[in-house]
Amino acid sequence: MIEVLQPGLLATVQDLGRVGYVDIGVGRSGAADLAAHRLANRLVGNQETAATLEITLGGLSLRLRHAATIACTGAWCHLTGAGAMDWHRALSLPAGTTVRLGWPIVGLRSYLAIRGGVAATPVLGSRSTDTLSGLGPPVLTSGMVLDVGHLIAGDPVDDPSVGLPDPARALSRGLIVLPGPRLDWFTDQAWDQLVGANWAVQATSNRIGYRLSGPPLERSRSGELPSEPTLPGAIQVPPDGQPIVLGPDAPVTGGYPVIGIVPRSGPDGLDALAQARPGRTLRFRGR
Amino acid sequence: MSAGRLLPYGDRAVLIELSAAEEVIAVRDGLSRPALAGIVAVVPAARTVLVEFDPAILSREALSELVQTAVATPAPNVIMTSDLVTLPVYYDGADLAEIAAWVGESVEAVIALHSEPDYIVQFCGFSPGFGYLTGLDPRLQLPRLDSPRPSVPAGSVAVAGEFTGVYPRSSPGGWRLLGHTDATVFDPGRPQPATLTPGTRVRFVPT
Repeated sequence: MIEVLQPGLLATVQDLGRVGYVDIGVGRSGAADLAAHRLANRLVGNQETAATLEITLGGLSLRLRHAATIACTGAWCHLTGAGAMDWHRALSLPAGTTVRLGWPIVGLRSYLAIRGGVAATPVLGSRSTDTLSGLGPPVLTSGMVLDVGHLIAGDPVDDPSVGLPDPARALSRGLIVLPGPRLDWFTDQAWDQLVGANWAVQATSNRIGYRLSGPPLERSRSGELPSEPTLPGAIQVPPDGQPIVLGPDAPVTGGYPVIGIVPRSGPDGLDALAQARPGRTLRFRGR
Repeated sequence: MSAGRLLPYGDRAVLIELSAAEEVIAVRDGLSRPALAGIVAVVPAARTVLVEFDPAILSREALSELVQTAVATPAPNVIMTSDLVTLPVYYDGADLAEIAAWVGESVEAVIALHSEPDYIVQFCGFSPGFGYLTGLDPRLQLPRLDSPRPSVPAGSVAVAGEFTGVYPRSSPGGWRLLGHTDATVFDPGRPQPATLTPGTRVRFVPT
């Protein structure tokens, strides 16, 4: 069992997300940076369906009531437990260890996997906390005790060369954007602006949507769209022209025109965007 | 606008643009009834259907052919064969009198207009289990409230635009309230979490 001492700004339980319930209005949810989440599980020898903790902007501390093997990935934080500890490594820690994540030096979201997985009760097939609908395990609070599961696939991986691409590099060289279904609702200049301008990540960004500010993307037609199905990665443009890239907890339908799509997979897609801190600037590029 | 136009939605999905609610129902039904290889998810909305697919198994061209076949399948077949759900309704909503005044009919007539037709759940959205029911009498097709209520009680039966629906739980909302039902329309602990799934036929029974 793990006791949460301090959750930090926002810490949630996440796995690969809810599959197969979108048509009844249930969002996908799941880890915002899937590659970092998967790597954390792999390092401790978990099955890929195991849940990890998604920690926003560091600040988490917890006490291990039993001996455990953990690994941390994603936004790189100073990590202490049995002294200073390595990032991207499986760490075997004795019972009673207090694990602390400091402020991240790079990135926004860190993932802490524990061997066996975080054992929350699945809701609609997933242990992910959906911050929009409230489905899934509760957001972590001080004093909460988490059980450890048995979703073990093999031995922990001890490979110092294991790591992830630096999200800061992806954000600098540009996230990939593909044309969206409503590109024709915008002026010709709007697409050029989307891929040419610098976009600042707004402080109101969260798991529901990554809100960007920059030159307004102008529409070539007015009027409204009836609600359309959406996917995480869709770039919606409300009337103020400031794009919102939908995150894992986005609603399953939306009425704003979608100008482009940031792909879910790949190092220059949504995983990198999940690591963009408020205030940071990023760019898009076509493929 | 041709029926069944495929719009790009990234490398693993397409958005099918349709011209009528009946086509949405037909396409959703046609693409999700048999387990079609390569189709990962079919998500309907008002005039569009999102199809997530695995491009390694199903090509865009093959998907386009499936869509054209589905569009050509008449929707009445769907309506005749779908499951029927009846929901008892207490017509005591906060907006009932205003709706009656707007429509220019008595409250009793408004209740009859709402409870006589069979509806079809066209899609879900807004919140888990919130079904958008099509088949609403044009006289009851009113715009949303100018300013949404901060809290609409769970079970509220409401109308907005071309749709009627039931709020699965208490939430903010801008639909106009006709009444309420005691039925639980969403419970993630049930084997069938949502009562109002796309394609379901629905009848409201005044209580």
